[in-house]
Amino acid sequence: MSGSKTTDLAEILSKHEKGLLDDWLGELIVEAKAGRGTLRENELRDQCREFLNLLLGAAKAGDFTNLQSKAWTPVREMLANLSRSRGLQGYSPSETATFVFSLKKPIFARIRQEFADDARSLAETTWAATELLDGLGLFTTEVHQKAREEVITRQQQEMLELSTPVVKLWEGILALPMIGTLDSARTQIVMESLLQKIVETGSGLAIIDITGVPTVDTLTAQYLLKTVTAARLMGAECIISGIRPQIAQTIVHLGVELTGIVTKATLADAFAVALDRVGRTVTRKAARS
Amino acid sequence: MEVSKSDALEIRVSDDVVLVRQAVRKWAIELGFSLVDQTKIITAASELARNTIDYGEGGTVRLESLIDGFRKGLRLIFLDNGPGIADIELALTDGYTSGKGLGLGLSGARRLMSDFRIESRVGDGTRVEITRWK
Repeated sequence: MSGSKTTDLAEILSKHEKGLLDDWLGELIVEAKAGRGTLRENELRDQCREFLNLLLGAAKAGDFTNLQSKAWTPVREMLANLSRSRGLQGYSPSETATFVFSLKKPIFARIRQEFADDARSLAETTWAATELLDGLGLFTTEVHQKAREEVITRQQQEMLELSTPVVKLWEGILALPMIGTLDSARTQIVMESLLQKIVETGSGLAIIDITGVPTVDTLTAQYLLKTVTAARLMGAECIISGIRPQIAQTIVHLGVELTGIVTKATLADAFAVALDRVGRTVTRKAARS
Repeated sequence: MEVSKSDALEIRVSDDVVLVRQAVRKWAIELGFSLVDQTKIITAASELARNTIDYGEGGTVRLESLIDGFRKGLRLIFLDNGPGIADIELALTDGYTSGKGLGLGLSGARRLMSDFRIESRVGDGTRVEITRWK
């Protein structure tokens, strides 16, 4: 029975395609004006026409209950693209879903018109239309959210890469300038890349600079201690630099012991110590005569 | 003593610790704490927020700006419904940990703040209240 109602719906869509498009566009333009109104009308019209076209194609193929079926693939793809692009333009999920939901009013009006004296068909066809549009509307929200999550994941990945450059300051001296939060995932990578670089370059000294780390709590301290210990096992000494006054006071109150580790207030101080250890000195060039 | 502003944050995953630190930093700056005090409060908050996740199975933190006559303060209340702490004295001992940390988080947080109160019931959860006065 629901099969026949969906056929009815397909017929209505096909019969009133032109009118539906105009009414729907009218609805969307009102919405767009109330909102940010950045969408161009031409673009919107093209999107609406394309969607109605695809919807009609899928509706003719039948199966309204399973939106995951093959017949609906073009509709889903179109909505996915639309949702993604709107998401990137900064639309909220509800603004995006409105694209689909605002089609309800025009379709319901047409259904009412067709089944003016047939209450049963009216109710059933309306229900079929509601189910269909709700499904599609929710789909846009899902895609929207997924697109956002992808952005977040990508940014997290970028952050991980951003924060782990090990640089060579001199023959046998490496520096690791740390920036931002030291949580487990990042510290793991930082530690690995430092140890790796110590092997590659055969360096005996590594300066870990924490000027860019806003908070040093016990977990951060523990990570630092582990890194220093691991480097020591490989025969390299670490110097920790960039310990600002507020960090020093906090570490003291926390009760973290950094004894046995050379620490310096600035990277420059640490570099001077490191140069001294490798038997180098920095001297001023003789003034030109 | 009156509470001039308050807010609550969820602490569920380790990324929330970062959010707690950021919120505490913002509040501490608003109240005009010095850089050293800001860092102390943020560090204490970081320790307790991580404890809430690691040992309390997640919970919440309540931030409160306090005014008491002429002095201003920031109070943080960490709440969880985790397994609770059987021996608070032991938990507050430097170097003691039931996990894998340094065992300085709880005792360190107490030293970093002006006031420190902890209540815990086994099977019921833990409540840690810390305040720093300006």
